[in-house]
Amino acid sequence: MTENTPNIYLDNNATTQVAPEVIEAMMPCLQRFWGNPSSMHTFGGKVKKCIDHAREQVAALIHAHPEEIIFTSCGSESNNMALRGVVDACGGRTHIVTSNVEHPAIRSLCHYLKKLGCGLTELAVDNEGLLAPEQVAEALTKETGIVSLMWANNETGVLFPIEEIAPLVKSSGKLLHTDAVQAAGKIPIDVREVPVDMLSISGHKLHAPKGIGVLYLRKGVKINPFIIGGHQELGRRAGTENVPYIMGLGRACELALEHMNEERTRVAALRDQLEQGILASCADTFVNGNREKRLPNTTNIAFKYIEGESILLRLDQYGIAASSGSACTSGSPEPSHVMQALHVDAMALHGGIRFSLSRYNTQEEMDETLKHLPGIVDELRKLSPFTARIQCC
Amino acid sequence: MWDYTDKVKDHFLHPRNIGVVENPDGVGMEGSLACGDALKISFKLDADKRISEAKFQTFGCASAIASASILTEMMLGKSIEEAAKITNQDIVNELGGLPKEKIHCSVMGQEALEAAIAYYRNGGKPEEKQSQTGRLVCNCFGITETEIVDAILSGHLTTVEQVTEQTKAGSGCGSCLDDIEEILKRVTTEMQQKEEDDQAMTNIEKIEKIKNVIETVIRPALQHDGGDIKLIDVVGDVVKVQLQGACAGCPMSAMTLSHFVEQKLKEQVSESITLEAVRP
Repeated sequence: MTENTPNIYLDNNATTQVAPEVIEAMMPCLQRFWGNPSSMHTFGGKVKKCIDHAREQVAALIHAHPEEIIFTSCGSESNNMALRGVVDACGGRTHIVTSNVEHPAIRSLCHYLKKLGCGLTELAVDNEGLLAPEQVAEALTKETGIVSLMWANNETGVLFPIEEIAPLVKSSGKLLHTDAVQAAGKIPIDVREVPVDMLSISGHKLHAPKGIGVLYLRKGVKINPFIIGGHQELGRRAGTENVPYIMGLGRACELALEHMNEERTRVAALRDQLEQGILASCADTFVNGNREKRLPNTTNIAFKYIEGESILLRLDQYGIAASSGSACTSGSPEPSHVMQALHVDAMALHGGIRFSLSRYNTQEEMDETLKHLPGIVDELRKLSPFTARIQCC
Repeated sequence: MWDYTDKVKDHFLHPRNIGVVENPDGVGMEGSLACGDALKISFKLDADKRISEAKFQTFGCASAIASASILTEMMLGKSIEEAAKITNQDIVNELGGLPKEKIHCSVMGQEALEAAIAYYRNGGKPEEKQSQTGRLVCNCFGITETEIVDAILSGHLTTVEQVTEQTKAGSGCGSCLDDIEEILKRVTTEMQQKEEDDQAMTNIEKIEKIKNVIETVIRPALQHDGGDIKLIDVVGDVVKVQLQGACAGCPMSAMTLSHFVEQKLKEQVSESITLEAVRP
């Protein structure tokens, strides 16, 4: 809050700091190479070459062919393009299989498509946020056109077994889309080994700026375009390319690949230190979601008897930024659909805090957070009518 | 910190008058764990019948904490009549404003205060709260008597522990556990009685009973909310009804039917009854 306190940013699943190297990669296309990549002249041709290079960098992150990479404006557009593209290609109606913990970019879209006449099956995760491949197999029907499942959950970091689900969906002849917005750049993804048909990436979740995303579309998979117009992106997504941001995303993907190991080792260790520190220093806390099958950077901790926003804003006082699943807005505070799907204990349903790290976080920042958090929790619990009563019983 | 005024921030970061007054003259609780926010207000009067002490406990967001904290300050020195006039708008004004989506936090303040004053006026006893689905039994989770009775009947529950497990009622502070036991005893006795009655009921008796329950129990409840119900036919155990008035266009009507009407008929006529809604 105050300007002289250090800003400890632990909300990287919401958005990330743009890497300095990324800004550096973007600048030439803002300052000098501002031509239209579709132009015939050499000036435009140079810009076209820039895009080709970025496309290769993005493709390398997930081991795809460059022509399978379609640049979009964001993860939500990628998701819309995938699902609406398939539904459109199916003549406007099909059966969609998804889960009950998807990001609103899939969840709201699926509810909308259902209103338009599509069938919808939302598979329920277990209390740890896990999904079994058999659940997917059982949900497939003759009418199913597409399965859309997130690779990693944004609130808990819990991973779906996409590597097991993909072959299963493929062998049934259905299409599989995965919202990999949280997974891309944090865990290794190889589309040569995991036969997904479509995969969404968002730039600003991996240290590129906001306003750029990707849809990976496997060669041979036919979907109808979502934005119709010019011939850009091989006619699959019209609109003059957002060249500087494409350059930035390319560099961000390259960096992500370089730092992948660090994510699994150093970042995971910081996360574990923070998580264990909180569990040890604050009573009546537990981790939401499975702790093994999880992104290395995320922990979602439930604090019983207190409400998320008040924890967040007290943390904010110390310049610590985290996130809470429940939003206390107009009328009644609605716990997140993810926490409800996990059947989180009612005493803790409103007290979930997500800490999501990045490679820019340090040991000192974890220590600083652990220094303040127990006091905050203690003070808020002293205010709570539920703690007081429980202690007296 | 978002759109909060300095006053909201101050009361959130440094809340005043935390806790429960000893031997209070008034105590009021509003909200529940299930709702995601809750507030308990307690106060004590001095010899001149003015509020000399006011305290709060709250489970909620920053503006819930700030609203409650400032409310306790506003109550001090006021007579019951004066305190009863405090509105949620007064709380908002005193805080220098609240974001639109947080106004409900000030409403919770006003309601908890009203409950505390009602407790005082009721001679030191909480007023029994009525919700849409009956008397509130568990304050922590907002569970009503109807919901508890439903759970007992549908799950054939026999112990208080089972009720707590099924409905969460009583798993908070535990002060309603005796109440739950009473309900359990009553429902169990009624169930046995009904089973005996069931065996000896003719078709005509059954239809008479259905008519009677609809007239004396269900219609008055629906009419209370501006709705109504009409019995169309009884075929075996299937009761065909038509919802009318406010109920007919209400999106909750499907739930009203299955949960309330069917439950009442099951309870009071026969467990095997099912309901069918006929469109008007």
